[in-house]
Amino acid sequence: MRRLRLVSGVGAALFAAALLVLWQVLADREFISPVFFPTPTRTLAELYRQVAEGTIWTPLGATTLRMFYGWVLASLLGVVIGAAIGSSRTAREFLEPLLEFTRPLPASAIIPAAILFLGLSNAMSISVIAFGAIWPVLLASVHGFSSVEPQLLEVSGTLRLTRAQFIAKIAAPSALPDILAGARVSLAISLILAVVTEMQASQPGLGHNILLAQRSFRSPELYAGIVTLGLMGFVVNQGILKVEERLLGWRAPGQP
Amino acid sequence: MRRRIRGASIPILFVALWEAGSRAGALPNDTFSRPLDIVVAGARAFTDGSILIATWQTIEAALAGFAFAASVGVLCGALLGLAPRLERIVGPTVDALRPIPAIALMPLALLMFGFGLTMEASVVAFACVWPVLLVTIAAVRGIEPRLLELARTLEMPFGSSLRKIILPAALARIVVGLRVSVGVSLVVAITVEIVINPRGLGYGMIIASQSLKPDLMYAQLLWLGFLGWGLNEALSRAARRWPGAQP
Repeated sequence: MRRLRLVSGVGAALFAAALLVLWQVLADREFISPVFFPTPTRTLAELYRQVAEGTIWTPLGATTLRMFYGWVLASLLGVVIGAAIGSSRTAREFLEPLLEFTRPLPASAIIPAAILFLGLSNAMSISVIAFGAIWPVLLASVHGFSSVEPQLLEVSGTLRLTRAQFIAKIAAPSALPDILAGARVSLAISLILAVVTEMQASQPGLGHNILLAQRSFRSPELYAGIVTLGLMGFVVNQGILKVEERLLGWRAPGQP
Repeated sequence: MRRRIRGASIPILFVALWEAGSRAGALPNDTFSRPLDIVVAGARAFTDGSILIATWQTIEAALAGFAFAASVGVLCGALLGLAPRLERIVGPTVDALRPIPAIALMPLALLMFGFGLTMEASVVAFACVWPVLLVTIAAVRGIEPRLLELARTLEMPFGSSLRKIILPAALARIVVGLRVSVGVSLVVAITVEIVINPRGLGYGMIIASQSLKPDLMYAQLLWLGFLGWGLNEALSRAARRWPGAQP
């Protein structure tokens, strides 16, 4: 079994390497235009240069911060509204139709409206991110808060917990796994919207940089930016998976 | 009945306050534009057909990208689902490409195809292909092994076993992936239009907002809301018709 895994691991690495070599050769011989597909070595060299000169950190940091602020705002609002809807029928009846209508709206579609109100500012981009990233957390926390186990409901009845105590001690911990799963999806959306708003509103960051690289036909820089964003998406996802594992360590393994 | 009234109360209150506020001059007209003006601007855009043309441009690009992604995703997914060894070899490369936000490829698509339908559809396709691919791999792998043995015993060529056995057996689950992708396609198309591509509803909204016609912009936003809501409704109805297709 272990050997099989080793063999397929080597096979996977060889496959990826073969693709890169093919690309390298094709672009080197100019079978495919080096303007559209610069050789992987040029992209890597560009990436290395950015890291060595330190020019990568400012835009990377700006994008990360923007993504993070938007995500935190979305998560807080999502959990609060979701908890209200999930634990009170009145709140659900008042809010649900409105949310059903706004949810399918592409988040980027509110950019023009957001620009009218907030201008080409950081506040604009953070509010757009929050609008787009709120849904997974909101839906997950509605689900989490409304599907507390009946036994736990009985327990809280027996203990005569007040509503606040019930939410803090029983509903919130039991909704936590749902909320964290939703927050992971939200973070991915936040990254995308951070890049979108940077491109649209010329906010400094990775998104703006790759657009500038495209406009001046600096394609290695463009590819370096895409690679950085891909890596960032991967790292962010892995990071929150780790946090999830740690926070949910108290649950028996294998529980859904 | 009470549900309906409560559900409608917040939006109605909101619009009423908005109208009253702008009539009283408390809300600046260049950002808030009165609800009545929005209705008028929307009606005008519908009668001169401009909003319908823009809508068609958006839907055209979303559909083209989705159709391409769906066919590639289903074909490659079926292949990888049937050949687990191949999947182990190709899988890590797919995993490395998947986290790249489709939006990040927008400048690249622009460089390659220039402004227009192709560029927009290609970005949509990149975003839509992953859900279909992953769901198809899982669905094909979940097919009852005896059905596959049957195909082997009958010595069916790959094409007809794909058509007669594999796809029908996996269809219910593949539909789930397709449903996710349809939603994604509209969102990505609008985003591409808002950021760079000068066509469709997204571009219309940006232009309306930049040329200080907020009423038209809000009308388009509302219309887009209806489109998204309608698409969502249609998809969940379709899912209810297909037993086993719920995610």
